[in-house]
Amino acid sequence: MNPNTRGGAFIMALYLLFLIMPIYWLVNMSLKTNFEINSGVTLWPRDLTFEHYIKIFTDSSWYSGYINSLTYVVLNTIISIALALPAAYAFSRYRFVGEKHLFFWLLSNRMAPPAVFALPFFNLYSAIGLFDTPWAVALAHCLFNVPLAVWILEGFMSGVPREIDETAAIDGYSFPRFFVKIFMPLIASGIGVAAFFCFMFSWVELLLARTLTATNAKPIAVTMTRTVSAAGMDWGLLAAAGVLTIIPGALVIWFVRNYIAKGFALGRV
Amino acid sequence: MEKPLNNRAWLLVAPVFLIVAFSAILPIMTVVNYSVQDTFGNNQFFWNGLGWFQELLDPSTELGGRFFDALWRNLLFSAIILAIEVPLGILVALSMPREGWKVAATLVIMALPLLIPWNVVGTIWQVFARADIGLVGWGLNALGIPYNYTGDPIAAWITIVVMDVWHWTSLVALLCYAGLKSIPDAYYQAARIDGASRWAIFTTIQLPKMKRVLLIAVLLRFMDSFMIYTEPFVLTGGGPGNATTFLSIDLVKLALGQFDLGKAAAMSLVYNLIVLALCWVFYTVMTNTGTERPDQGGAA
Repeated sequence: MNPNTRGGAFIMALYLLFLIMPIYWLVNMSLKTNFEINSGVTLWPRDLTFEHYIKIFTDSSWYSGYINSLTYVVLNTIISIALALPAAYAFSRYRFVGEKHLFFWLLSNRMAPPAVFALPFFNLYSAIGLFDTPWAVALAHCLFNVPLAVWILEGFMSGVPREIDETAAIDGYSFPRFFVKIFMPLIASGIGVAAFFCFMFSWVELLLARTLTATNAKPIAVTMTRTVSAAGMDWGLLAAAGVLTIIPGALVIWFVRNYIAKGFALGRV
Repeated sequence: MEKPLNNRAWLLVAPVFLIVAFSAILPIMTVVNYSVQDTFGNNQFFWNGLGWFQELLDPSTELGGRFFDALWRNLLFSAIILAIEVPLGILVALSMPREGWKVAATLVIMALPLLIPWNVVGTIWQVFARADIGLVGWGLNALGIPYNYTGDPIAAWITIVVMDVWHWTSLVALLCYAGLKSIPDAYYQAARIDGASRWAIFTTIQLPKMKRVLLIAVLLRFMDSFMIYTEPFVLTGGGPGNATTFLSIDLVKLALGQFDLGKAAAMSLVYNLIVLALCWVFYTVMTNTGTERPDQGGAA
């Protein structure tokens, strides 16, 4: 690792404090009563209350939002990884007609602004009868998650020597068996990283999720925006709902913490 | 080693091609269709040729003026973001703890903002920065500094920039950290024997090793800031006035707010073409600097 800088620990501490403060403030607010929030700034809850969390866990219009969000996020992650695996293998192992153009085209979709697609997606998914289902959001998020998964997996697969493929072929493995039994365990960390990124980008996206759902599949993020505008300013409830959306992400990070650095380099260090 | 030519590889790529084509090409055709027509409601459409495009690209018209305003605003925003986040990200990566539990703890905290839904990021900064209930807003005003991001365009810009730095600097830092970790210790020992200064180590060993990941970081940060929507939408709604109306916010206002389908479609296409062109430039630079890829990539 690089030589230590004397100010390093200090800079790091400042930076982490900067990251933590806004989150602390949200947690702080979620544990206060609305009366306390509106009657002035207090650094910690004087009158500790869990009423906002209780409301969310007992009101189905709130907790169903979490279930809806998790449903389409999981669907999207499974679809993205399942489709991206063979494609990434093709990109990492073979040259073929249009290879470079295809790769660029895929990548360009990761960069396309979701706002461009909001209206046409609304029309498309209404026309095929998927509007307001988790499938609509899961498929729509494939637009940017599938190219991303291909990109990440290709990076990891290129690190596996091609001799392994050839040896397996000589040993009499068929391609599907080789792929599942030998190749996939070798890039297991890459699959984990790609799944993490698909989960992440599907979980944080709001614009398409909001456009493609109405009532039945409404994600939690949308429940938050609508309830707030309708019920005036229920800051405590809003903060509690926000805190609860941070938790799935925090759990996922904890499980992949040893791969985070590698993963953010998309397998390309 | 050169990869073998095999066109049956298309069979492996076909599922991805089909699903992305379904999500990308069909909607774009709808957009193209709208962009050359005008509508007065009731699903009646009239041929308008390139009228919307001419209006859009002429800054003297209402539509063109608003488009170019949003475009410059967005480019300025992206430039500020990159100028802050890239150096700061490198600095943070260089300051990472060496080993032990501190590394894991730091990584988890750093990654946390990246996994918060974007509207919640907006909400967090809303409750953090508001003058009446937020720590920062209340604190600044208590110190005698007038600060109100809902009324003052400068304050709104500063708040959004700080929010984006909070949200995304960790991505740059984590990428750089991954690059730094791949440097063998022998390089540093050699530098120590040569008596290299801290700055020399940075410019001759660390920076070159980070070049590839930095390019990815700049690409991702530029593209994502160029299509930023949710966070400023929640925080300021594009205001005060139009001060923080970036391209995506303007587009959604036009398409889903006013239902001006023709204008919105023309704007979508031009917006998408700009992104595509920039993406191509980055991609070309990236593949050219990555010629040493095959023996470098991968999980190892």
